[in-house]
Amino acid sequence: MVAKKGGHRDEAEEDLARDPLQAILLADSFAQKFRPITLERPKVLLPIVNVPMIDYTLAWLESAGVEEVFVFCCAHVKQVTEYLETTKWLSQPNFKVSTIESHNCVSAGDALRLIYEKNVIRGDFILISGDTVSNMSLTEALQEHKERRKKDSNAVMTMIVKQSKPSPVTHQSRLGTDELIMATDPDTKQLLYYEDKADHLKGISLDKSMLSESASVSLYNDKQDCYIDICSQEVLILFNDNFDYQHIRRHFLKGLLQDDIMGCKIFTYEICSSYAARIDNYRSYDAISKDIIQRWTYPLVPDVQFFKNSATKLERQGMYRASEIGQSRSAQIGPCTVIGNGTTIGNRTAISNSVVGEGCSIGSNVTIEGCYIWHNVTVEDGCKLKHAIVCDGVILKAGAVLEPGVVLSFKVVIGEQFVVPAYSKVSLLRQPVNQDSDEELEYADDSVGVADNLPMANGALTNDLAELDVCATSEVGTNGAGFIWSINEAVLEEEWRHSVAPIPADKLAAIMQSANGDPELLTHDDNILPPSGELEPESMTNDSDTEDANDEEATYFEKEVEATFLRAVEEDVRNDHVILEVNSLRLSYNMTALDCAGALFYSVMKLALDMQHNTTSELFANVAKVMAKWKTLLKSYLLTIDEEIEVIMKFEDMCMGSGKEYAPLFEQILHLLYDKEIIQEEAVLNWASEKEEAEESDKVFVKKCESFIRWLNEASEEEDEASEEEDE
Amino acid sequence: MDFQVVVLAGGTSKDLVPLVSKEVPKALLPVANRPVLSYVLELLEQSNLKDLIVVVEGEDAAILIGNWISGAYADRLNVEVAHVPEDVGSAGALRAIAHHLSANDILVISGDLVCDIPPGAVAAAHRRHDAVVTATLCSSPVSGPTESSPGGKDKAKKPGRYNIIGLDPSKQFILHIASGIEVEKDIRIQKSILRAVGQMEFRADLMDAHLYAFKRSALQQVLTEKPNFHSIKQDVLSYLVRNQLRSELVLNGGQVEENNGGEKEPIGNNRVMSSQLLLNSSTQSFHELYAMCPGGPTSVPRKTHKCCAYIANKSKYCARVNSFQAFCDINRDVIGDASHLSGYSFSAHNNVIHPSAVLGSKTTIGPQCMLGEGSQMGDKCSVKRSVIGRHCRIGSNVKIINSIVMDHVTIGDGCSVQASVICSNVQLQERVVLKDCQIGAGFVVTASSEHKGESLSKKEKQ
Repeated sequence: MVAKKGGHRDEAEEDLARDPLQAILLADSFAQKFRPITLERPKVLLPIVNVPMIDYTLAWLESAGVEEVFVFCCAHVKQVTEYLETTKWLSQPNFKVSTIESHNCVSAGDALRLIYEKNVIRGDFILISGDTVSNMSLTEALQEHKERRKKDSNAVMTMIVKQSKPSPVTHQSRLGTDELIMATDPDTKQLLYYEDKADHLKGISLDKSMLSESASVSLYNDKQDCYIDICSQEVLILFNDNFDYQHIRRHFLKGLLQDDIMGCKIFTYEICSSYAARIDNYRSYDAISKDIIQRWTYPLVPDVQFFKNSATKLERQGMYRASEIGQSRSAQIGPCTVIGNGTTIGNRTAISNSVVGEGCSIGSNVTIEGCYIWHNVTVEDGCKLKHAIVCDGVILKAGAVLEPGVVLSFKVVIGEQFVVPAYSKVSLLRQPVNQDSDEELEYADDSVGVADNLPMANGALTNDLAELDVCATSEVGTNGAGFIWSINEAVLEEEWRHSVAPIPADKLAAIMQSANGDPELLTHDDNILPPSGELEPESMTNDSDTEDANDEEATYFEKEVEATFLRAVEEDVRNDHVILEVNSLRLSYNMTALDCAGALFYSVMKLALDMQHNTTSELFANVAKVMAKWKTLLKSYLLTIDEEIEVIMKFEDMCMGSGKEYAPLFEQILHLLYDKEIIQEEAVLNWASEKEEAEESDKVFVKKCESFIRWLNEASEEEDEASEEEDE
Repeated sequence: MDFQVVVLAGGTSKDLVPLVSKEVPKALLPVANRPVLSYVLELLEQSNLKDLIVVVEGEDAAILIGNWISGAYADRLNVEVAHVPEDVGSAGALRAIAHHLSANDILVISGDLVCDIPPGAVAAAHRRHDAVVTATLCSSPVSGPTESSPGGKDKAKKPGRYNIIGLDPSKQFILHIASGIEVEKDIRIQKSILRAVGQMEFRADLMDAHLYAFKRSALQQVLTEKPNFHSIKQDVLSYLVRNQLRSELVLNGGQVEENNGGEKEPIGNNRVMSSQLLLNSSTQSFHELYAMCPGGPTSVPRKTHKCCAYIANKSKYCARVNSFQAFCDINRDVIGDASHLSGYSFSAHNNVIHPSAVLGSKTTIGPQCMLGEGSQMGDKCSVKRSVIGRHCRIGSNVKIINSIVMDHVTIGDGCSVQASVICSNVQLQERVVLKDCQIGAGFVVTASSEHKGESLSKKEKQ
């Protein structure tokens, strides 16, 4: 197999252009954002403007010149394959669609590893998930990718990005995804930094090495990831080699950026006029539906037949109506609305900014605003629906009200006059108990089983309906059917972010409020960037942040000193040269002589620790040896008692932290230092008396050398006496 | 133009010892036989900026510089020379002379700048955006000579990195600036600013040219409020850049200032007024958008100020005499690639030889050389890419390559000088060989001695 693979690759390199363009379409999002709907139907089959998402993706792939598509199915395999069989996709000339099935993949990483094992990808391929709507032309991006590949075989991936500024208030794009911060090289477009889970209270920190290779770096906050990637074969190999990669962005992308694996590089390609977006959550479902209705995605719009969608006619104000609908004269259909085939609308009903699917029957005096009503839905008289998603077969009994953000899953029945509270999700299925499962394991564990039990939620479900009815009545009104999924507190807070409903005004105000009191805006990042080195951090109103920065600085300094010292050891540099270097470090890091003494002492002890030793006595011998050699150097920094005390404290720190092996030797080494005249008794005594006040836990080492201290005390008394005697 | 110009001429910079001394402060160091300060003064004169305050560190240096200016520019410029204590830093120097400032905008320029960036253009950019500060940025020089000059070999070849500067997409505003040791660290960015702009570009190939335009009120306010700010570039500028989207500090501070500093300075009122001016500027930039961003019912409009960048064209020359290497590079450039700065007219051989200079037979002076007034050279000498000052006496068989020889220098027969700087009144006795040396003023190098990479100077008399 290896030989075969090699052969393939050579060939691929020779005939890069001739290879048919392949694509991997992940028909599983490996996420749970569309629950509870996705418990019953895979996400890619959910209709967006009355057409399943996967059709948009496949139609685009075909138009973009892709010749072979591997549809990877995992959750609800059967439904996806059955659906594909009913469509024309499997029998297109020049466009080969085949499915790859799996039952145990829990992430995109697993999927790609499986595909790698199948050995079907022969060259560059497009990696896309089945919930992407786009009309971009791939030619140029592909060209760029291939040319880059010729010059640099490490350019493994080109990802498509698009301009889209997140809201300054919610830090969220209009697609409801979190704000994305990325950095690229403006000349080569190489991706250098990618952060989509950024904590928006903290500052961004770019690695200094980023600017070492190129003179400039562009940092973006106004780009949106389209989740369309042009990959070379190596991407699959990388996934295979790094079996811990699960998520394409979170693990693979960041892994490559941070760990510099085999020098692999990722580039970006920005599209300007064309459209590409991925339906990631309910909010993007809403945003993209509107984009489709407003024809940003042309030719993938309702009145163009790009697959088996029914014929609709575009009327003024972005109103699409199928040919056969039964609309009452007094019904008002507002702008930006799509009405599907065979739908009937009763008297004095008003529909605006909504999508209504096929075969729905909508009663009289109904208001529908900003809703997505799928197929065969019954809305009885007098219902009010606002910004809701209503799945197939739902029945809203007379007078039911859906508040903004409601999601009704398949076949739910809402009782008469029942008001479904905002943001609730209603399903015939009970909420899985183990909610704490990793987000990665989306439909995986329980839901696969569920899906098999309830294919399409059709036949099997009705059998249970009676039973469900009984226990669910109370939750969604009389004669209702369905469970309102409980939302745990933490999620509830965030629910509005991803909801199909617009962000309510009070939420906006609340965020603004908090943004104004945002620590970042007031004091926080005042101190993020400490002013020039020669100054004390401004105004000294040190909050913890500056201290952190100082700490960081101190550790850097320590490391530098250690490196200098080690160099001195290796190359036998003269003492005064070392002193010169340490002094210059001290100046550049704005440290004190105390810090120098501490750092140097630390380096010396570290050296002794790093030398080979088996027993503590050997270690002690090492220390003695090292100390003898570097005594003069150390001594030149121990000019006053203060520095000597610092050294003792440093040693104490070391014993507690990095150099635990010294702990048992504490007293011995202290004695050694005293003998070698590195520290004077005064320092030891001062240190001990300073510690007197300290907490018990701090006194461990003082206690250890009690006898030594006592001895010192006695010695000094004797000395005093002796000198007194002499005086006399 | 209502601009007041402050030239920070420095004092006797320690970086440049032994070239500078008590007798020759940094500002008077000759670059192509002209004091370095003259480049700045003439640049300002060209832009019709004639009211200047020259700030000098140290009283003695101030007297020297004052004398020179009154001699050379008596009727051309209106110059006031102020002296400040040494080591107060550039911000300290400004603070010390703050009471002299009265114009709405202040142009601050470093006295050791050799450049052809028009200050007028900087001032115009500053005015156009109604900025609090406008900093001039130029391409970082490639350190070490580009030509085959021995001085450059030991220097790193990659372009020097002096600053990391974040710019907005239109390249008009500074969003981030790191200088000094911060350059070597990870870049930390405030998210609020990135959010407001959407996109920013970080450049490591730009350098702060030390030519700034400040709004006086803001500058004075920062200087008084932050008494520990030491350097304009590292403290004042970075402070203003950091706080540009929440300049409440500046504004509130202004009012506080007025309250308790009212009796001290009568200009307190102006301060508040211009603070409001800051808000009401007319052009739409991300600052205004940010300030107007919907803030809910309770929020007050956010206050911002603008920090602009004037990015000099790549073809412009810009360098500062702030190190020995820079001094050599600038001398070479001024008589070489950037010869338009020197103000001399070059001969057909691309060199400048004063008519009063005397050359012996078979003495050759190559291109990109300069020989000052009244200097004499013996026979069979060779001078390449070097500057020789006034009234020098140079013997026979002397080779001078890539070097700078200041005034009144005596060079004995058979000497060889390479990549060195020889200050005024130095005497080189016969057959001295110098390479990569700096000889301080008045030093005598004994005959036949050889020096390499040394710095020789007379002991300063205490």
